Amino acid sequence: MTRKRRRLIILLLAMLSLGTATALVLSAFNDNLVFFYSPSQLMKAGLPSDRLVRIGGLVVDGSVQKGPGSRVAFSVTDTNEKVPVVYDGILPDLFREGQGVVVQGRMQPDGSFKAVEVLAKHDEKYMPPEVAEALKQSGEWRRQGGEAGAAAGQKESTTQ
Amino acid sequence: MGSLDDFLAMGGYAVYVWPAYLLAAIVLIGLFAVSRAELRRRERHLQALERSRGAAGHRRRRGGDAR
Amino acid sequence: MHRFASPARFLRLAGAVQPWLAGGTLVLMALGLYLALFDSPPDYQQGESVRIMYIHVPAAWMALFVYACIAVASASLLVWRHPLAGLFAKASAPIGAGFTFLALVTGSLWGKPMWGTWWVWDARLTSVLILFFLYLGLIALTNAFESPERGQRASAVLALVGSVNLPIIKFSVDWWNTLHQPASITRMGTPAIDPSMLWPLFSMAIAFTLYYFWVVIVRVRGELIEARLRALTRLQTEGR
Repeated sequence: MTRKRRRLIILLLAMLSLGTATALVLSAFNDNLVFFYSPSQLMKAGLPSDRLVRIGGLVVDGSVQKGPGSRVAFSVTDTNEKVPVVYDGILPDLFREGQGVVVQGRMQPDGSFKAVEVLAKHDEKYMPPEVAEALKQSGEWRRQGGEAGAAAGQKESTTQ
Repeated sequence: MGSLDDFLAMGGYAVYVWPAYLLAAIVLIGLFAVSRAELRRRERHLQALERSRGAAGHRRRRGGDAR
Repeated sequence: MHRFASPARFLRLAGAVQPWLAGGTLVLMALGLYLALFDSPPDYQQGESVRIMYIHVPAAWMALFVYACIAVASASLLVWRHPLAGLFAKASAPIGAGFTFLALVTGSLWGKPMWGTWWVWDARLTSVLILFFLYLGLIALTNAFESPERGQRASAVLALVGSVNLPIIKFSVDWWNTLHQPASITRMGTPAIDPSMLWPLFSMAIAFTLYYFWVVIVRVRGELIEARLRALTRLQTEGR
């Protein structure tokens, strides 16, 4: 009995120290684990233009301009800052105004962002089209805060 | 057969949806089949071993039930 | 818990529940597939591609659940030396690896049309890939030793060390910016998934869970016979 108890205590202590060590390592490397920056963070950081970075946010309503060809221009926002993005390539099916995107590319000297890859980020809500329509009509849509949930840098406001 | 075609087309996502379901079937059925085949093989092996031990059992009674 | 630790008792219990697990798996799988493919609506954003969710999400849940089961069994092997716990962990690892593989590949098949990429190195995807390699490591380590007891104990230590990955996977979408969206089911407040999509999801999830227990029983029975075979052949060689 005492040997079992001792093994149990050793195991619990080992797990505790392992957990602490992992938490410390993760918080030390926190910056490197970030997949993308928000437009505000990007503006603050003032990155050199030759560095490849990802920014995430919402596509500003009405900002998408297509053409000529496969060229497309739009703005990405985290509701504080706005970054104008230019891109030449195929957009994912979920790319829409008001939806979340993660854009990889480089900052240009003129303050625009030249994208080499555009990924769509979707929110955690799933529903049939009729339900979405009904929610929009009743005005419940925005209050649920779901669409902002996909926005970069807005996590604090939506995660529980 | 329009509705069947529609169903199979999955709104244009057929090449993503069907491989996902097919792969799930392969992995789940495969894991079960391998696990059961392994069990059967071992059961047969054990039976054969116990038969041969049973034949020699009265000569060498020492190593009784290993459980 | 201790009462089920004896192999004889386990075999009796396993024999009794196995047909029920098998039947339950098949019935719920059939129901889940029917709901997922025929009786659920397309998503307002993702269209028909949302049907991948009914495989992907249950598989991902099972990847975590099976690992949690292995971690508990490993602790009870190391602390209380339950012989059955080691066999249970050994039998579970390939099933967990299968579910993790399924979650990764179906996620990729879903990510390509929706996100626009098969794979990204964000915190969620990377931590699940690590989980997959942990499973492979457990399988390899269990079989790496001449003595099965030592193999099981070594892999139990690895399983417990690797269990720090479970909360990382779960909370990666909350702690860091990821391409993967946050959890839909466990979030507080309004449900993020429409009920018409929840039923197929839960049917499949329960079917996968029953499947796991069904197959793990088959595998543990195989491991018990293997242990008996080892004991018998040892006796024979020693007797000579």
